[in-house]
Amino acid sequence: MSDDQSAAILSAPHALEYAYKRSVGPVLGRFFTELRDHKIVGSRTSDGRVLVPPMEYDPSTGSGVDEIVSVGPAGRVTSWCWVSDPLRNHPLDRPFAFALIRLDGADTAMLHAVDAGDPSKMSTGMRVVPRWCDDPKGSILDLACFEPEEGR
Amino acid sequence: MRDVAVVSFAQTKNVRRENRRNEVEMLIPVVQEAVEKSGIPKQEIGFYCSGSSDYLAGQSFSFVMAVDSLGAWPPIAESHVEMDGAWALYEAWIKIQCGEADSALIFSFGRSSPGMIRETLTLQLDPYTLAPLGADPVCLAALQARALLESSDYSEREMAEVAARSRADAKSNPYAQLTGDFDVDELLAEPYFVSPLRKHDCPPISDGATAMVIAADDVARNASKRPAWIRGIDHRVESHQLGLRDLAQSTSTALAGEKAGAVDIDVAELHAPFSHQELILRDALKLGDGVKINPSGGALAANSVMVAGLTRIGEAANAIWNGNARRALGHATSGPCLQQNLVCVLEGE
Amino acid sequence: MSEEKQPVKSIVTPSRLEYDFTPGIATTRFLRHMQEGRIVGQRCTKCAKVYIPARGSCPRCGVATEEEVEVGPNGTVTTFCVVRVPSENIDLTLPYTAAHILLDGADIPFFALIQECDAADVRMGMRVEAVWAPEAEWGPTFENIRYFRPIDEPDVPFEDFKEHL
Repeated sequence: MSDDQSAAILSAPHALEYAYKRSVGPVLGRFFTELRDHKIVGSRTSDGRVLVPPMEYDPSTGSGVDEIVSVGPAGRVTSWCWVSDPLRNHPLDRPFAFALIRLDGADTAMLHAVDAGDPSKMSTGMRVVPRWCDDPKGSILDLACFEPEEGR
Repeated sequence: MRDVAVVSFAQTKNVRRENRRNEVEMLIPVVQEAVEKSGIPKQEIGFYCSGSSDYLAGQSFSFVMAVDSLGAWPPIAESHVEMDGAWALYEAWIKIQCGEADSALIFSFGRSSPGMIRETLTLQLDPYTLAPLGADPVCLAALQARALLESSDYSEREMAEVAARSRADAKSNPYAQLTGDFDVDELLAEPYFVSPLRKHDCPPISDGATAMVIAADDVARNASKRPAWIRGIDHRVESHQLGLRDLAQSTSTALAGEKAGAVDIDVAELHAPFSHQELILRDALKLGDGVKINPSGGALAANSVMVAGLTRIGEAANAIWNGNARRALGHATSGPCLQQNLVCVLEGE
Repeated sequence: MSEEKQPVKSIVTPSRLEYDFTPGIATTRFLRHMQEGRIVGQRCTKCAKVYIPARGSCPRCGVATEEEVEVGPNGTVTTFCVVRVPSENIDLTLPYTAAHILLDGADIPFFALIQECDAADVRMGMRVEAVWAPEAEWGPTFENIRYFRPIDEPDVPFEDFKEHL
């Protein structure tokens, strides 16, 4: 064997692919069922805080949360970043913002994409509204993304 | 509580792409170096614990093959955490505190280069509401950076200063990857990468491996001239849901630091893969201007995932061994936006 | 809530990770030897055991292995099992026999198929030879060896291979 050949690095493409079917339980199940119907809900803790997305247990006390309330559909951006070069797993294939969005009636922010077109259209505090996908399946991506409320 | 000390530490040079050696071949020399430097005969090491991730290796149970680097005969007591090696250190420390061993070898390894690290780490997120959005660590860190900039007096200039200082200090670290002198104004003139982060605010992609030996009481005193005593070690985690957290503050680091007794620190090695995170961690640990931060260059100079946290603790021990610190702090982080944090306080006598 | 549709009970979360996989120096050398039709293991400098496939380390001693030792071409069945259930990724006529083969000169056996032999005739200690794919098809892969088949040599006594089980 020549030195060149033994020195050359051996490599091969390798892919790990899994499709898990995950049971969602009653709380997230309700969240996704409502999303499929173009509605957003959160869970209310015993001290009145509304968590979106809903959580099964109060993160402060650990007690079960069983009150589901409607929120949004519009909300306010609490932080954002501009993705000028989307990765293949991102929700949009053109430049967009990821944002934390506190929906009207919610006490926590949820993460999603905002299709603002240009970073100059993004600001903390701006209001956004959901854009729904045409073929909802009961997943977070039934909410295709959000868009600026202004100019709609 | 037993007195436990770090008695040796070894690391590979962090590189962008280690595609000749596999993980075992990377580990054998650092394991041997750590054991030799420890002064403890290999057969007397009571426990082995590693930190690594199957998702980096692309293979389930990938940490099992790493045992080939240890010489596991006669059979050894061994464990693994699917986390940064800093948490393997914590498990080993607990093992010794329980009296089940008097010494331990901790090691960590990871090659980020074979896969797409941004995509890989997205899989650590909540699979129902976060992972399907493909929100990778750079985007999430960018959200955190903006939250910091908008809620504090910190600016993008201070972030760039962290990046420039880190890479300049890394010039004297033979194991660092990204080193050099960078002008802050030139850095700020660069376009955004994922705003408000620029490329320089982000860590390099690195492959690396480390090993460390810790020992208790007289085993440590007999092994090392200047043991780096672990005076405190603690870790805390915040909620997984980003919208529940105040991203501009690291409450878990503050609490871990308090529990670990992080006061009177001379040198702090902070695991801050993104420049703004150093600012957040410094505040959480109340580190004053007199504290030297990341003389090794930190994670902005080399960021082997699963390794960089244990490396911070090893570099804190280095600061004690080379006389630059009497008390040093090593910090490690895990999860998006500093979700989980470990603080280790070391002291030389 | 809509009354026509069932509530959502589960979601499917596909994930795919792609890697440019590199096996390391020792495995690379081993596979390049396979490409030449040679089975080459490595010997440990401390315990002198010969490992196949070569992995660059001795798992007993924890030292790097460098010295190459050609092994085979024949070997001994140390243990085996007869498989009677189908498996998704395995395209073989049932029943088939899977065995541990200890190649001459090696200290650890490896997993391979036995073919050209009735399952009922396979036994521990049976002598076998490798059946290679046509040379024109050889690549840097263990799959150059299709399977092992019996050869006409006396069985190896249990005493002589029992420490390799």
